[in-house]
Amino acid sequence: MQTIDLATQPLRELNATLQAQAEQTNATQWEVHNPRGAHAIAVGLDAPIDVTVRGSTGYYCGGMNKQATIHVTGSAGPGVAENMMSGTVVIDGDASQYAGATGRGGLLVIKGNASSRCGISMKGIDIVVQGNIGHMSAFMGQAGNLVVCGDAGDALGDSLYEARLFVRGSVKSLGADCIEKEMRPEHLEILRDLLARAGIDAKPEEFRRYGSARKLYNFDIDNAAAY
Amino acid sequence: MKDDERRTPRTMPIQSATFSNPINAEIRRAAATGIYDIRGGGAKRRVPHFDDLLFLGASVSRYPLEGYREKCDTSVTLGTRFAKKPIKLDIPITIAGMSFGALSAQAKEALGRGASEAGTSTTTGDGGMTAEERGHSKTLVYQYLPSRYGMNPDDLRRADAIEIVVGQGAKPGGGGMLLGQKISDRVAEMRTLPKGIDQRSACRHPDWTGPDDLEIKILELREITGWQVPIYVKVGGTRPQYDVALAVKAGADVVVLDGMQGGTAATQDVFIENVGLPTLACIRPAVRALQELGVHREVQLIVSGGIRTGADVAKALALGADAVSIGTAAMIALGDNDPKYESEYNALGTTAGAYDDWHEGKDPAGITTQDPELAARLNPVEAGRRLRNYLKVMTLEAQTIARACGHNHLHNLEPEDLCALTMEAAAMAQIPLAGTDWYPGKPGSGY
Repeated sequence: MQTIDLATQPLRELNATLQAQAEQTNATQWEVHNPRGAHAIAVGLDAPIDVTVRGSTGYYCGGMNKQATIHVTGSAGPGVAENMMSGTVVIDGDASQYAGATGRGGLLVIKGNASSRCGISMKGIDIVVQGNIGHMSAFMGQAGNLVVCGDAGDALGDSLYEARLFVRGSVKSLGADCIEKEMRPEHLEILRDLLARAGIDAKPEEFRRYGSARKLYNFDIDNAAAY
Repeated sequence: MKDDERRTPRTMPIQSATFSNPINAEIRRAAATGIYDIRGGGAKRRVPHFDDLLFLGASVSRYPLEGYREKCDTSVTLGTRFAKKPIKLDIPITIAGMSFGALSAQAKEALGRGASEAGTSTTTGDGGMTAEERGHSKTLVYQYLPSRYGMNPDDLRRADAIEIVVGQGAKPGGGGMLLGQKISDRVAEMRTLPKGIDQRSACRHPDWTGPDDLEIKILELREITGWQVPIYVKVGGTRPQYDVALAVKAGADVVVLDGMQGGTAATQDVFIENVGLPTLACIRPAVRALQELGVHREVQLIVSGGIRTGADVAKALALGADAVSIGTAAMIALGDNDPKYESEYNALGTTAGAYDDWHEGKDPAGITTQDPELAARLNPVEAGRRLRNYLKVMTLEAQTIARACGHNHLHNLEPEDLCALTMEAAAMAQIPLAGTDWYPGKPGSGY
């Protein structure tokens, strides 16, 4: 186990060290101590390493991650795992705004609640939230899956493209062009797999699926009131 | 008609200045379609511009440099504040961000070829970085836009600089739309969206709001790229003094300031013509912000929006910019709106020089299109050569003026080299009206 202590080592050294780990590195286990809400922890990683952050992080923890598994034992600030490409980010606590924003791949697991705009403009990432999510989540979501084991706030999936949304609890309101859709066997299978990978014990059958009505895909003046 | 009626003089038909023919045509078009007009390009209305400034040239108090013998340097280094690898350009004229998607692959290649041969940079635009433009651009600036289409850390690290786009002059506060007819298979794949649907580019970033967040976003991008490359912040010209100051405070290496004549691939005409500041009005407040913060020349200022000639370049630099950026002019150099396609422009209901329906993808010149047959009309090698020639001419023109003003570097041009032809230009550029030592708002003048 390699340890980096942010109480004594600068952020630049942390990221440079983790980014320097090659595909075949033997140093696969890393711990970060004393994050104290620092921003941009473990960003731009590109190796199959495990990084455990002992505490809570500020903005953009795990940003643009590729391959790495990043585990935050506390809560995460805004934009956790933003634009993630691959790998896994797990947050034991809550996540602030924009969790998984524009993510293109990989798995983001939030064991607490996620604030507003979770999965905004998501482009292929899978996000599993054990608790609730805030308003405007999955806004303009293009691809990927957002799984919410609790409730969703206002305007879920507003202006949604092709991202799939699964919610077990209540949805306060749906955004423009977002509708409830039939849960077919292939969707149950996707959901079952995501829940298993996230380590969450929940039954896929208890969820409802939401997606795009695709009525706003091409601008039509008759739909102006919907925007 | 009776004879006395025939002899009575009649008033001439007078067109209303308020309800002019173009206005009336737009009212009829709106009434027929129920939708606002979307077009490309920048503001077409007449606004105070660089044409309203003149250089004074040498005199008894200042002596000129010999035009064909004495050196006049044109180089510029961008990103000297924090980046380990600042960009060094031979000329202070860069190519503005224009996306693959809005432009054909051939046009992007031509931009890269021409800019590289002239010793300057190109910029990606919305939609990500293509291998072709990276390959053909010696110096490539990678735009970081609200849509984040195609964004990935590998391309970030392949870039020579990163430009965080907050806004652009044609539509400050507005997003963009690439209409479905321009979404080819490749464009769709790069943007992770189905083919043929309208692709909305958001008006604000998805994961930060405000200058304090921007500072953290810049930190993240620097950490991902190892603090190697410069980070630009691009803003549309609205509140230049505040925006430039906030960009500096957030940690920008370079600020790009785009006035309302700056082009866009597509947005509402009402937006283009009615929102934002003329480029001329943006520069002095921006420079003042840099000077007040003590970072003028340390944080470089790139000005864009309506730059057409070497005289425009020289005037922008004399007002305090470090470099300029061109988009529309570069497209014209490639072949956009060429009169040789007049009959085809006529068939599209327009004429050469006025064609601006770039969003429709029917560009006869093969530049603003994804139609393979139209795009094939543009030879990227020849078009790149035209751009190179044009950039060289602009540079020579700017050097000619600088030497005449006695300067051995374009950056030595200064406001004192200029006078203004109109009150408006004098006020906006804070340059004395020609033949006077006064401009509106001059401190101590009482006006």
